[in-house]
Amino acid sequence: MKNFRILAVALISFVSFTSCSDDDNNAQPVNEEEVITTVTATFTPAGGGTAITLTSRDLDGDGPTAPVISVSAPFTAGTTYNGTVTFLNELATPAENITEEIFEEGEDHQIFFQQTSLGEFTYTDTDGNNKPIGLTFRYDALPTAATGNLTITLRHLPNKNAPGVEIGNITSAGGGTDAEVTFPVVVQ
Amino acid sequence: MRPANLPHLSTFTMRIYFTLLLIIAGSWCAHSQSILGGTVYTSQNQPLDGAHIHLEDFHATTLPDGTYTLPGIPAGSHRVVVSYIGYKSLDTVIDIYHNRTLNAVLKPISTQLQEVVLTENVSAKSTTHEQRLKTEAIDKYSNATLGDALKEIAGVSSLKTGSAIVKPVINGLHSSRVPIISNNVRLEDQQWGTEHAPNLDINSAGRVSVIKGASALQYSGDAVGGLVLIEPVTVLKDTLFGRTILTGDSNGRGGSITTSLHQGAEKGWAWNAGGTFKYMGDRETPNYVLSNSGNREANFSGDVKYIGNDYDLAASYSFYNATIGIAAATHIGSVADLVRAINSRQPDVINPFTYTINNPKQEVQHHLAKLNFNRKLSDNSSLALQYAFQHNKREEYDIRRGSLTNKPALDLTLNTHSANADWKNINGSATIKAGISGSMQRNEASPDTGVRPLIPTYNKYDAGTYGIYSYAFSNTLSAEGGVRYDFSHVDATKFYQVTRWNEMGYNNGDFDDIITGDFGSQYRTNPKFTYHNISASVGVRKGLGNNYSLLANAGLAMRNPNPSELFSDGLHHSNATIELGDLRTQKEKSLKVSGTLLKSGDVFSFEATPYINSISNFIYLQPTGVEYTIRRSFPVYRYKQTNALMAGMDVHADWNITSRFKYSFNGAYVYGQNTSDDVALIDMPPLNMTNTIRYTKTEWHSFFAELRSEAVFTRTRYPDYNFTTTVLVNGELVETLVDVSTPPPGYQLLHFTSGMQFTMGKTLTSVNLSVNNIFNTSYRDYLNRQRLYTDEVGRNFQLQLKLNY
Repeated sequence: MKNFRILAVALISFVSFTSCSDDDNNAQPVNEEEVITTVTATFTPAGGGTAITLTSRDLDGDGPTAPVISVSAPFTAGTTYNGTVTFLNELATPAENITEEIFEEGEDHQIFFQQTSLGEFTYTDTDGNNKPIGLTFRYDALPTAATGNLTITLRHLPNKNAPGVEIGNITSAGGGTDAEVTFPVVVQ
Repeated sequence: MRPANLPHLSTFTMRIYFTLLLIIAGSWCAHSQSILGGTVYTSQNQPLDGAHIHLEDFHATTLPDGTYTLPGIPAGSHRVVVSYIGYKSLDTVIDIYHNRTLNAVLKPISTQLQEVVLTENVSAKSTTHEQRLKTEAIDKYSNATLGDALKEIAGVSSLKTGSAIVKPVINGLHSSRVPIISNNVRLEDQQWGTEHAPNLDINSAGRVSVIKGASALQYSGDAVGGLVLIEPVTVLKDTLFGRTILTGDSNGRGGSITTSLHQGAEKGWAWNAGGTFKYMGDRETPNYVLSNSGNREANFSGDVKYIGNDYDLAASYSFYNATIGIAAATHIGSVADLVRAINSRQPDVINPFTYTINNPKQEVQHHLAKLNFNRKLSDNSSLALQYAFQHNKREEYDIRRGSLTNKPALDLTLNTHSANADWKNINGSATIKAGISGSMQRNEASPDTGVRPLIPTYNKYDAGTYGIYSYAFSNTLSAEGGVRYDFSHVDATKFYQVTRWNEMGYNNGDFDDIITGDFGSQYRTNPKFTYHNISASVGVRKGLGNNYSLLANAGLAMRNPNPSELFSDGLHHSNATIELGDLRTQKEKSLKVSGTLLKSGDVFSFEATPYINSISNFIYLQPTGVEYTIRRSFPVYRYKQTNALMAGMDVHADWNITSRFKYSFNGAYVYGQNTSDDVALIDMPPLNMTNTIRYTKTEWHSFFAELRSEAVFTRTRYPDYNFTTTVLVNGELVETLVDVSTPPPGYQLLHFTSGMQFTMGKTLTSVNLSVNNIFNTSYRDYLNRQRLYTDEVGRNFQLQLKLNY
C-alpha cells in the first residue's frame, strides 16, 4: 500500500502545481506584424503640381470589414506622373512601414499594375539582379479621356525570369499574393 | 457507383486467379505438406483471441474465436509453442505427417497481472468487435504513418494534408471524433485540426486496433467515430531480443531506420527501448516534383517495469519529434490564387528535387510520460492506477516577410495531466469493470507570433466515471451494458476583433458579460463552458454455430465542441481560408446501432459490419462565401451544426483458395445525409474496395508475393458549397465560380509486395520489396486537403530489411 501513497502524493503535487491560475485575465492582444492594412499609390506630375493619391485601407486586417478605397483626384490626360507605392501595417503599434522591407527583399517581390486603356506603366527601380520591383514607376496617362480600373498587386516569390514578368506582365509570374487592390480611375 | 457492383468485381478477380492457380498447380501438388490447426482456450473454456503459435519458422495468431491455422508444414517432428500475454506458455513436440489438430488450453499466470487490464474487453466474449492490424502491416508502414497503416482495415480511410500528414477516418468520421489511445493514455496533441496528424511513431506500436463506434466506454464517452488503440510491444518470456527495420524509398529518395530492444521477464525487471529516424525529401507525382513535401522524424520510446508477486509497477516515456514540409503549391495568397490553382491543375511552384524543407512547415514535439501500478486485489479482482503527463508543442511556420520568416505563425503548447483508476472483477460468468478518471489541460497560444492565434489560451478540467457489466448466459451468448458520466469545464482567454464580434452577432447582449477588456479594435473575452455528458452502450454476442457469430451494439455518445469549433476566428495561413468557430456551438449527440456478422474458418473467413449513426448537432466546416481584405477575397469556412444521418457497411473477407493462394477483400461504403438541410454531408469518403491476392511458398524461405488493387470510386453524393468571387482576368474584374465542392474522379491503383526470410545464426532477416502505384497513375483524393492544388504521389519502390535478433 506504500506505493499507493507515493502515487497519490505525486498526483496531488502535480495537480496543485499546475492548477494555479495565472494572469490570463491581464493578457494583451497580439501585436499583429504580418498584416498589410494600407496600400497607397502616390502619383506626382513630372512637371510639378498636386500629387494624386490612391489609397486602400482595411483596418480590421483579415476581419469581416472590406477595405475602404479612395482616389483623391482624376488624372490629367497626356500627363506623365512619377509614382511610388507604399505599404503600411497600421495594426501594429507603432504602425509599421513595410515598404523598406519589400525594397530590401526586392528579389523576392514585385508589384504589378494591371489596367486596360488607361495609359502606360513603366518600372523605374531595380532589385539586386537588375529586375524591376515596382516601388517606383512612371505612369504616362492616355492622351484622351478614359475611365477604367487600375489594380495594384504585390506578389512575393514571383518567378521574375518568366516571360513578360520583367515588363509587368503578371500572367506567368506565379508566387503568392500579398496585396491586390483595385481603384476606379478617371483620366480627363 | 453502387455497392451492388461489389460481388461482380470480386468473383471476377477470383476467377482470374483461380485460372492462374490451375496453371501452376503441378508445382505444389508434388510436395508433402500438412496443415496444423486448432483452437486455443483459457482454463475457463473461453477462446483466446491473439494467442501466438510458433512452430520453428512458422507462426500464426489465433482469430477472435480462438482458432488458428498453420499451413505448409513439412512432414516430421516439430516443436510447437503456444503463448499469450498473461498465460503460461505451452511448449510441446508433436509429429506431423498429415493434417493435424492441436487444441491448447492456457492457464493464467497467477503471479502475473495483465499489463493493460482493460484490453480483456477484446477477448472472445466481448460484444464489441475490435479489428486489429497485422504485425506485418505495422512493419510495412514503418516509414509511413499510423494513418496510412490503418487504411488496411475495412471502413477506415484517411484524411490527408499532402503525403506526410495522415489522420484516420472511421466510417466517415475523424479528428476529435476518433480518440487515439496510446499505451492506455488518450493522446492530446491538438487533434482537432484536420492538418494535425497523430503525434505518434508507428514503430513504437506492438499492436494497433480499431473499435468502431463509442462502445469502449472505459476509454471515453465521446468517440462518436471510434477508437484507435495502440499498445507497445510486451515480452513475457525471460529473454532479450532486438528488432531493426531499415526502409528505403525511391519516391522522396529517403528512408528510415527503427530499432528496439526488449527485455522480458515473468517476474522482476523488464524493459523496452526503441528509436526511429526518418529522413525524406520532396515526393514526386507522376508529372512533377511536389516541392517542399519532405519530412523528418526522430522518435524515442522506452519503459521499465517491475513485476512482483501480485503487483507490477511501470514507468514509460515516449518522445515524438517531427518536421513536416507543407507543399509549396498550397500556399496561396488569395482566392485568385486558389482559382488559378484549381483551373491550371498544375502547381505554381515546381522546383527541382531537394531534401531541404522550407516554409511553410510544421515542427511538432510530443512527450508522454506515464506511471502505472497494477495490483491484484483477490483471485478475481484487480486494480490499475495510472498517471500520465503529456507535453505537446506545435510550431507552424509560414512564408513570411523578412525577419518574420524564422518566427512561427502559430505556436501552441498543450500540457495535459491525466489520472485513472480502473477496477475489474470477474466472478464466474459476470465481469464488472468500473473506473474514474480526471484530467487537466492547459493550452498556451504564444502571443509572440505576430499573428492572432486561431486557437486561444485555455484551461480545461475533465472528470469521468464508468461502469460496465458483462454476463455470459452460455458459451454462445454474452451481453454487455455500460454507462459513463463525464464532466468538462473550459475556461478560455480569447481576443476578438470588434468587427468580427459584431459580425458574428455576439453583440446581441448574450455575451456582454464575458468581455473582460476593451482595446479599441479588440475585445478580450473570458468564455467559460461546462458540460455534463452521459454515454451508454449495450451489446450482445451470439454464436450461431458453423463458426458464425453475430454481434449487435447500440451506443449513445456525446462530444463537446472542441476549441477549434468554438473559437476559430481568422485567417488560417496554412490553407488561406478564414475559419470561424461559434461560441454558440452545442455538444454533439450520436446514437449508433451496428451489427457484425463474423465467420471464421480455415478456408474462408468473413466479417460484415452494417451500421446506422444518427447524430444531432453534428458539427462540420462549411464553405460559405468570401470576405474581402487587402489581398482581395478569402474563402470563409464556418463551423455549422446540423442533424446528420450516416449509414454504411464495411466488409472484409479472406479466402485461402489453396495452401498457397490467399485472396482478401476489403470494401466500405458510407452514406451521409445532412437531414436538416436535406443535402449530402460534406467530406464523406468515397466507396472503396481493395482486392488482394497473395502467393506463399514457405519452403522458399517463407517467400510471399502479393498483388493489391485499390479502387476508389468517384464520390457522387456531395453538397454544392461553391461560391463566386471577383477575380482579375486580363486587368478586368470578373465574377468567377470557385469550385471547391466537386470531388475528384475515382481511381484505381495497383500495388505489389514480395518478401523472403533468412536465418543467419540467431538472426532472422526478412527482405521485402514493394512497388506502390505500379502504373504511376495520376490521381487526386477527395479527402486530401491539398486536392485542389496537387496530385497524389506517384510510383514508389520500397526496399525493406527487417532483422530480429
